[in-house]
Amino acid sequence: MKPEEIIKPENKIYSRPRLLDDRNTHYCPGCSHGVVHRIIAELIDEMGLEDKAIGVAPVGCAVFAYNYIDVDWVEAAHGRAPAVATALSRLNPGHLVFSYQGDGDLSAIGTAETIHAANRGENIAIIFINNGIYGMTGGQMAPTTLLGMKTATTPYGRRADLNGYPLRISELLERLDGTCYITRQAVHTAAAVRKTKAAIRKAFENSVAGRGTSVVEIVSTCNSGWKMTPAQSNEWMAEHMFERYPLGDLKNI
Amino acid sequence: MEEVKLMKGNEAIAHAAIRYGVDGYFGYPITPQSEVLETLEELMPWETTGMVVLQAESELAAINMVYGGAASGKAVMTSSSSPGVSLKQEGISYIAASELPALIVNVMRGGPGLGTIQPSQADYFQACKGGGHGDYHLIVLAPATVQEMADFVGLGFDLAFKYRNPAMILADGIVGQMMEKVVLPPFRPRRTAEEIAKQCPWAVTGKGGRGHRNIVTSLEMESPAMEQNNLRFQRTYAEIEANEVRYQEYYTEDAEYLIVAFGSVARICLKAIEDARAVGMKVGLLRPITLWPFPSKALDELSKRIKGALVVELNAGQMIEDVKLSVNCRVPVYHFGRMGGMIPNPTEVLDALRADFNI
Repeated sequence: MKPEEIIKPENKIYSRPRLLDDRNTHYCPGCSHGVVHRIIAELIDEMGLEDKAIGVAPVGCAVFAYNYIDVDWVEAAHGRAPAVATALSRLNPGHLVFSYQGDGDLSAIGTAETIHAANRGENIAIIFINNGIYGMTGGQMAPTTLLGMKTATTPYGRRADLNGYPLRISELLERLDGTCYITRQAVHTAAAVRKTKAAIRKAFENSVAGRGTSVVEIVSTCNSGWKMTPAQSNEWMAEHMFERYPLGDLKNI
Repeated sequence: MEEVKLMKGNEAIAHAAIRYGVDGYFGYPITPQSEVLETLEELMPWETTGMVVLQAESELAAINMVYGGAASGKAVMTSSSSPGVSLKQEGISYIAASELPALIVNVMRGGPGLGTIQPSQADYFQACKGGGHGDYHLIVLAPATVQEMADFVGLGFDLAFKYRNPAMILADGIVGQMMEKVVLPPFRPRRTAEEIAKQCPWAVTGKGGRGHRNIVTSLEMESPAMEQNNLRFQRTYAEIEANEVRYQEYYTEDAEYLIVAFGSVARICLKAIEDARAVGMKVGLLRPITLWPFPSKALDELSKRIKGALVVELNAGQMIEDVKLSVNCRVPVYHFGRMGGMIPNPTEVLDALRADFNI
């Protein structure tokens, strides 16, 4: 068979999702953001939510998410995405309102907004990228940084006596009555990607159905911030991050 | 028939918001403005007009809720008092930079710091000169009566939507707390989704029916493009300055001396002026209603026929800078201020005028 005979639309089994823009991203090669963006674009299309989806972008590496996924977006101030999403959800009932936030945005500067939006049970889905570091600003310590982990602001490794302990925010959110679904996933293997997609689908379903706040934490790599190759990052994440941030559902009502 | 009510300025704001067809209010308790949130919760507008009322976890959250609501083309507002408004400055800068309409109410109390819960006008600089970061302006309305507290809700939203720029009602604690007769505006329905889509084609409401995505952001990494954004903001501000200056003059036709005061202080000064006129002193009053844009041209004109001006404020001297710029050194300009929640009486104002001008 010649290639021309094979390359036909009816033979296509994998392609760029319709709602993922055909352009280069600013993400580093090997970063988890691209995979999660793809999952979101696929799901919004598959679930028929394109016309009703409103995303809230964070400050951090995903600040330009609105340039990559073809739905309506609001760019929030650092940490304030859950407050922005609260108003969007309350004032636009029946819409899918989701925030996309990193660990610095969600679990440091935006902790209050995160906890209170979840405690009110806002009908929003929070996609939480936890890579244990501030990527955009050059690899500083995040609340989620593991003990002993070297960053630009913990050059000798994070110390509990100086910097406190790695914050497990999903475990905090799981205790709140307003949350209906808290899960921790990863995208380092094909199987993990499929599980994450199922988790985000459930979170989106919950939001549209008005069941309360859903949080999908995705333990992620930051190979440039961690100063490793993408492959090393995946191995290091599985070996070290999952011990502190075990994968699986924390709450599923 | 006119519906005359007796209520506090803060309560009037709540009633006016429902009647204007506001879509959402997001607030946090702080004295002396808590009656706005309390009145809205008591009136339960979500049962009637569908208006969303939400007590946020902080002023930060409240202003960011306003940002989110405004991004979807809704008429949304918040209210607070000085320390709380300081917390909102980041969000206000974002709202201005994203060219969103919104209404922010500041019922000022004495500062700096935690200060006092008593009335003040010490947030003039913050409201009129930026407050948050970057080159931006709010449309700043200064009510002097409970009636104006009610009326400026509608005016603030009308201007905010006309220019896609946030507006602020800068009230002092006196006008927030005092009770007066007020004629409430008539009820009007909230805008439909279709009306919002027509009025606000930029609004983030889901792509439905539009075919392309809308993005609300204040971020622009390319400096030439960010400069263009700033130039666009400045054109808007120039247009507002050309069209929206509002002020009131009292006894200025033959005035030899002019008092300039805003908010409830202007009413104290009016009494001082009546006392002055009773003893033959020709004193007039200019009351700026819009603090930004400032009535510079009116003051420039008046300064050609007066001997001097006294600026009376509940602060150490803030609006006086704009008055001085307006009169361009043509006549002497003095300041009389009380601080820390103290309020001058008409006699003190008149004594200050006599002392400054040796009359």
